[in-house]
Amino acid sequence: MARFLVKRLFSATLTLFAVSVLSFLMFFALPRDPVTGMCPKNCDPERLERVRQELGLRDPLISQYAGYMKGIVTGRDLGSAQGGRCDAPCLGWSYVSNEAVSDTIARVLPVTLSIVVPAAVLWLLLGVGLGVVSALRRGTWLDRAAIGFSLAGASLQLYFVGAVLLLVFVYTLRWLPVPSYTPLRDDPLRWASGLVLAWLALAFLFSAIYARLSRAQMLETLSEDFVRTARAKGLSPPTVYGRHALRAAITPVVTIAGLDVGGALGGTVITETTFGLNGMGRTAVDAVRSGDLPTIMATVLIAAVFVVLANVLVDLLYAAIDPRVRLR
Amino acid sequence: MDSPQAAPSGPPAVGPAVPGQRVDDEPYLRVDDLRVRFATADGVVRAVDGVSFTVRRGRTLGIVGESGSGKSVTSLAVLGLHDPRRSTVSGTITLGGRQLVGLPEKQVRRLRGRDVAMIFQDPLSALHPYYTVGRQIAEAYRVHHPRVGRRAARARAVELLDRVGIPQPARRHDQYPHEFSGGMRQRAMIAMALVNDPALVIADEPTTALDVTVQAQILDLLADLQAEFRTAIVLITHDLGVVAQVADDVLVMYAGRVVERGSVAQVLRRPQHPYTWGLLSSVPSLHGDADADLVPIPGNPPSLIHLPSGCAFHPRCRYADRTGDRARTQVPQLGPAGADGHLVACHLPPDARTRLAAGSPSERRMP
Repeated sequence: MARFLVKRLFSATLTLFAVSVLSFLMFFALPRDPVTGMCPKNCDPERLERVRQELGLRDPLISQYAGYMKGIVTGRDLGSAQGGRCDAPCLGWSYVSNEAVSDTIARVLPVTLSIVVPAAVLWLLLGVGLGVVSALRRGTWLDRAAIGFSLAGASLQLYFVGAVLLLVFVYTLRWLPVPSYTPLRDDPLRWASGLVLAWLALAFLFSAIYARLSRAQMLETLSEDFVRTARAKGLSPPTVYGRHALRAAITPVVTIAGLDVGGALGGTVITETTFGLNGMGRTAVDAVRSGDLPTIMATVLIAAVFVVLANVLVDLLYAAIDPRVRLR
Repeated sequence: MDSPQAAPSGPPAVGPAVPGQRVDDEPYLRVDDLRVRFATADGVVRAVDGVSFTVRRGRTLGIVGESGSGKSVTSLAVLGLHDPRRSTVSGTITLGGRQLVGLPEKQVRRLRGRDVAMIFQDPLSALHPYYTVGRQIAEAYRVHHPRVGRRAARARAVELLDRVGIPQPARRHDQYPHEFSGGMRQRAMIAMALVNDPALVIADEPTTALDVTVQAQILDLLADLQAEFRTAIVLITHDLGVVAQVADDVLVMYAGRVVERGSVAQVLRRPQHPYTWGLLSSVPSLHGDADADLVPIPGNPPSLIHLPSGCAFHPRCRYADRTGDRARTQVPQLGPAGADGHLVACHLPPDARTRLAAGSPSERRMP
């Protein structure tokens, strides 16, 4: 098991290294000059050149990359034009917002986490629960209702569902405040009431996929011989379906969940925009619009970290669920 | 199979035990006029259509037939494993005096694995891949012994693994099915079936997925355990060699019906039904003429939705013409076939059947 973990972590590190190199090279591949971006008009070439020197843009590519990486690991000094000392994890300086990128991230990442983590818990419970129940009640009205629900979830768009939720619960019934982000530690109740619509909207759309997937998986598993064995032993239906069937049916769901959660943590642009929340997704989109390269790099890198971490976690879960995986 | 008291013709009478008779003489399992139907989109599948048989403790009944003949459906009915939403089961199944058909699921569940246990064909797929072998055995034990603790259940599982001839049972207890060899897995499966000392074990093709050498070991093991615990065994197989080796009585099924039944000696030495002849001549014999051709039964098993009229076997039967129109128009009933307790469902006149049966397989081939 330990060897398994080391192997997975090693390949994860390798992936992250590749992503960091690519996102760093993007900095140079894009037809934008960060320095001209800093001073859009009437900057004399001399001053531009001085700034380039100051930023280290005239250094060899490798030493620039090394500097960037060093900043992430140990922090570094960016010079007076970029706020001076930049503590680890230093992701550079944004010319657009005039602050350290790590400060921006520290502000917006909790928002995305607060949206995605509770929503993921909701959509997994709802999706898998619905899928299992409709598999066990195949052909009944419950099954048909679940299929209808997941069809709706699969075909509707988040900005539509979000708008309907806002219209009903915020503007008509006035049960909930206009969505906003309050840190969980400040006031858990306001944190939840400000985000609950985003959770519901995300959970509705995502659980549709999970309901379908787990229904199909469950139906397949229910016809497995070992489920028949479990019943032939005289086990009760909850044991047969829960301990024997569900555990075998859940593995593909775990995979998809890992990818979805990892991806969503990198930013949920549409959700954030629909509910007026400022998370990773909107930050990334804004950075692209304004050509804020250090912020773009940071968001790409962080999104990659989440996806890679989610994959490692999925692998570990797989090994925990299926003993045969541990051998490989 | 049939006790001498039972009427030699027709299904055996069902009723309370005759007073004064030893309980042991009363068959442990009594299946009477069992019918299992599945409603499908294409029509009603008559998977089992009026099957009757009995098995006493310490005896083995072999059920033989091609795939789709209703062997496995019959056995699942005895365990009450058919989904009532998708199937209809009628007739009576009496297990140690209790009527099973129509019994509430909760009560059937209490019998399952305790009074009647099942051994499945492919132990690799029949064992759960994610749980250790020992845990699965202990689980089967604890569900029927709720007061037994984890440690006692483990000890019981190790004991059973040892009993079925698995070396280092304590170590094997904690291994997963994929770490077992095929034969060991089937032994573990048998251990799981026997953990509650069931009076009846149904073995559905228990050796089909195994190497030939391992097959013999598993059959020996079953016979040993049967001698020790006086278990009644229903052995479902398509392998007549297996039947000859371990069964006392044989039931030959075709298209959901019993076409012939009797003792092993009766059915294998003096088979009375053309289908049984076909089965026998499609099996190579170790002792007979090695050069003799194997003769397959022509055609395919019939659709259970649109059964052939009359005798379901008539489209594949070489002798159907000898019965006039009856093979096509009348369903043959199970009736006496010469020797005591030997029954056959065939329209052929007894003397013609006896003449054909006495002939060698090659003679039978040429009508």
